[in-house]
Amino acid sequence: MSDNAARRLSRMFYRISIAIEAGKDHLSDLDGAIGDADHGITMSLGFMAVNAELAKLDLDHMLASDVFTAAASAFLDAVGASTGPLYATAFRRAAQALKQDERLSAAGQAAIVEAMTTGIKERGKGQRGDKTMLDAWIPATEAAVSACARAAGSRDMWKSILEAAEAGANSTRSMVAARGRAARLGERSLGHMDPGAASAVIILRAMKDTFGEDAAK
Amino acid sequence: MQRFINNPDEVVEDTVKGFVKAHADIVRLGSNPRVIVARHAPVSGKVGVITGGGSGHEPAFIGYTGRNMLDAVAVGELFSSPTAKSFFDAAREADGGKGVVCLYGNYAGDNMNVKMAIKLAAKEGIEIATVVANDDVCSAGPDERDKRRGVAGEIFMWKCAGAKAAEGAGLADVRAIAQTAIDNCRSIGVGLGPCTLPAVGHPNFSIEPGTMEVGIGHHGEPGVRVEPLKPAAEIAREMVKIVLDDHDLAAGTEVAVLVSGLGATPVNELYILNDTIEQEIAGRGLSIHKTYIGNYFTSLEMVGATLTVMALDAELKRLLDVDVDCPARF
Repeated sequence: MSDNAARRLSRMFYRISIAIEAGKDHLSDLDGAIGDADHGITMSLGFMAVNAELAKLDLDHMLASDVFTAAASAFLDAVGASTGPLYATAFRRAAQALKQDERLSAAGQAAIVEAMTTGIKERGKGQRGDKTMLDAWIPATEAAVSACARAAGSRDMWKSILEAAEAGANSTRSMVAARGRAARLGERSLGHMDPGAASAVIILRAMKDTFGEDAAK
Repeated sequence: MQRFINNPDEVVEDTVKGFVKAHADIVRLGSNPRVIVARHAPVSGKVGVITGGGSGHEPAFIGYTGRNMLDAVAVGELFSSPTAKSFFDAAREADGGKGVVCLYGNYAGDNMNVKMAIKLAAKEGIEIATVVANDDVCSAGPDERDKRRGVAGEIFMWKCAGAKAAEGAGLADVRAIAQTAIDNCRSIGVGLGPCTLPAVGHPNFSIEPGTMEVGIGHHGEPGVRVEPLKPAAEIAREMVKIVLDDHDLAAGTEVAVLVSGLGATPVNELYILNDTIEQEIAGRGLSIHKTYIGNYFTSLEMVGATLTVMALDAELKRLLDVDVDCPARF
């Protein structure tokens, strides 16, 4: 069976789901400190729905962009909260970006990260420093863009993407929330890592593991 | 955690199943199991009135589905916005060909999901107009009213819009009366004890014994200040002051008053609060048309109470007095 782009992405979503499941309680605890404690639960629900949907599809005859489109509607129909619309929009934008080049080259992988970030920004009207998932996604995108500019390989690129995302997520500890439910806390949100930024790191790490493994083959 | 649950991950499913069995004469489950629909809906030629929100606030939101009230309600996970699809499906179930008003609370998730539902509905030719409730005084300052959360004032908004739609008003008029109703509402919550999401298993915030959180939100969002617990009369005075200082009502204005428990406060204590609340409101020269006391809009097993005051004009008063037939008492 050929290992086409759609299969690689399906494997990526599977890895994300396992990783989110493993981090579920931790994410809910982070959310409990500054939100309503449901972030781990909603994220796990969403990615399980994506996997269930992808399992039904004929991946051998699908394009990479089709996988993201299917993931977007599965996630949106399973998850309400703010994460539902945010990640569904991220996946839709990734699908649009992949239509330019369906091969999942290193540049294509960078384009996925960039498009997802654009989608999240667009839907949530957020920006860097608001203490949200964007504080991981925006630095990750910058790292991806600069890795592409220096023509770095996929492994090198993902290493810098993850480092940037982790640093970004850590920086949310010293931020006061400006968006989402934590925004109602004002200064009381200081000292806590944003759960959305923490789950973004989990997602990006699973993406790195998937694409890194592919590159090693 | 001492709770009547089966599986912590299926709390919403089980709630909905029991709810539909209990009130089968008034409501039914939609084709989407996360939508509750009034038996009479859709009514051809009537504007559909819908809402949606996280679970855990029962009898809100589902309990206000029924004749002269809400036509359909989208059901979310505990304290979590319904999906865009559920809002869309609620609109579909409520649509009688004259459009649908979606009247919901100002929370990031609900705002995004409703926005996406409007697009889905537009593709099927269903127009959705919205009003976003923002009656919670302590959630943002008077100059940032668009940032305030929606709380128990939503019930007054649903009631007035539901009655207006039942009279045969068009989409613009139903939307307008819902907007007027919520603009005329101010609410405040006081929390004495936290609540626990069953799937999490421990309270997600704490209120120290002997203290109270003034201005607490419906999901335990922190209030404006933590104070030592005081006698009910003093708390009631403080609640009335916060609500009415934000309201600027002329003497002689008629108001409706709603005092709701947050889930674990005995109803008798709501009456104790109300004794002073009514006295204070009258002391400001306002006249009370109607008072509602009970568990109207809860937050799981939070200990606490909310006060909502709605200023009435002739039309709001007439609409508020229209009979309804829904599972929640109203």
